[in-house]
Amino acid sequence: MAEYQNIFTRVQVRGPAYPGIPLPAGDDPRVIKPFFNYLAGWLGEPQIGPLYVGRLGLLSFAFFFVAFEIVGLNMLASVNWNWLQFWRSLPWLALEPPAPAYGLHIPPLNEGGWWLIAGFFLTASVLTWWLRVYRRAVQLGLGTHAAWAFASAIFLFLSIGFIRPVLMGHWSESVPFGIFPHLDWTSAFSIRYGNLYYNPFHMLSIAFLYGSAVLFAMHGGTVLAVSRFGGEREVEQILDRGTAYERGALLWRWCMGFNATAESIHRWAWWFAVLVTLTGGIGILLTGTVVDNWYLWGAKHGIVPVWPNVFPPVPDPAAL
Amino acid sequence: MALLSFEKKYRVRGGTLIGGDLFDFWVGPFFVGFFGVTAALFAVLGTALIFYAAVQNGDYNVWRINIAPPDISYGLKFAPLALGGYWQLITICAIGAFVSWALRQVEICRKLGIGYHVPFAFSFAIFAYVALVVIRPVLLGAWGFGFPYGILSHLDWVSNTGYQFLHFHYNPAHMLGVTFFFTNALALALHGSLILSAANPGKGEPVKLAEHEGVFFRDIVGYSVGTLGIHRVGVFLAVSAAFWSAVCIVLSGPFWTRGWPEWWGWWYNLPIWG
Repeated sequence: MAEYQNIFTRVQVRGPAYPGIPLPAGDDPRVIKPFFNYLAGWLGEPQIGPLYVGRLGLLSFAFFFVAFEIVGLNMLASVNWNWLQFWRSLPWLALEPPAPAYGLHIPPLNEGGWWLIAGFFLTASVLTWWLRVYRRAVQLGLGTHAAWAFASAIFLFLSIGFIRPVLMGHWSESVPFGIFPHLDWTSAFSIRYGNLYYNPFHMLSIAFLYGSAVLFAMHGGTVLAVSRFGGEREVEQILDRGTAYERGALLWRWCMGFNATAESIHRWAWWFAVLVTLTGGIGILLTGTVVDNWYLWGAKHGIVPVWPNVFPPVPDPAAL
Repeated sequence: MALLSFEKKYRVRGGTLIGGDLFDFWVGPFFVGFFGVTAALFAVLGTALIFYAAVQNGDYNVWRINIAPPDISYGLKFAPLALGGYWQLITICAIGAFVSWALRQVEICRKLGIGYHVPFAFSFAIFAYVALVVIRPVLLGAWGFGFPYGILSHLDWVSNTGYQFLHFHYNPAHMLGVTFFFTNALALALHGSLILSAANPGKGEPVKLAEHEGVFFRDIVGYSVGTLGIHRVGVFLAVSAAFWSAVCIVLSGPFWTRGWPEWWGWWYNLPIWG
């Protein structure tokens, strides 16, 4: 007889929707009347809403809307306001940063000015959203861990789009808005600086990115496997370990000789995810400022593999 | 010897897939089992071969170790040891060790009376590795299409293979894989943060439980997937990242030989644009 494997929720209970914990005085009322979605209930909670908007949420949304509109309208203008061509070309369309000649000056609107304004509003939106994440945690009497993890992602965002361009003295160093154009930027950036794979902080960032996938597969898999013992009540398991987390811990102890606890696995999770963007940001800030060519850097430090000389030697472009 | 205070009562016999009681014992914290024996044999042999092949190559710098697959001219045949044969043996050992490890996880899950979600998820990682060193090379007709074993040399392979398709970011399956990796890291950060913030709410605050966790996310984005659901989401994101990574490299070569930017021509040439 096959044993029960927790895959989807098979029985959905419908009570009255839960309006949420009462908020402290001074907070706005929540919006959106909660409703239920059957498909969402297969995977997790069926209840959708309510939502807390508040001043920070409204501000963040307004900033994002302005940035989104500037990018979209610039793209639409680039195809002569032709909607058909807009959708046809959308993956290739871009709002590019100013040319290098403008340095850190403010360029005319259609030569990068719009890009600068869109970037300003997007940044404002992200920063107000950070305040909102922090504020919501405080108002509910929770720790502010999510806000600090988010801060690590913002560090990478600002490193690429703001800090490094300022260090290099050109807005043109920054990323265009656009689907394929931002991928082109990534590739061109890597090639310009001698292949980012040789950048040790890029290596670390990817190791933490892959490690995050491994960790979530391990942790998610473990909790689902012990869910018949109530393993998903994780804070209870932290305070008073039950058979669910005992079994989860022993799975890993017997498998690899080491195990986390109900609390420590979430510290592993937090650090792995936070270090993806933290090391990534450091790698970006070093590129072009401290190191001009990561391949030559790797060769200098003896980490680049030696391949057979199949092709005639090529001169270093920087020496020409 | 059971090491944790609660461990002893869980150390019961049974649950093995092969070998009955023969290998049903522990060494230190490790459960052995039939697949523990095979995993150890494959892992020790494979690791020894890596070191031996590295020394044969004269690689004493750990970063520069490069154990390359055979030349394309060997096709799908066995190559002499120094000309890719080591790579072939190491690949066999690696697959043997990974599969043994997964089956050992199944035995441990059976012993503990828990679900098989962990070995299920791990099998996707094994699939991604097998896709790189077996499925794609077989489809292309030569072991030489596998990636070399070495810390920096495998990065060179990724770079070179990517640029053979001009710009690998345009590979739609690569886009999906990367998106799943990034989303996984985001979800992991949010989940880790949420549990830590409920259990460590700061001085003077009582510890919070699932009620507050759910409300925090509903307040911020209007939906909380819940305590059980987030672990389903996590496994789905992680497994999807591995799956689409495998798909993106198997597509490249066997099923698409031009530059990936060109692939998007279908969108630009849809008949609906008139």
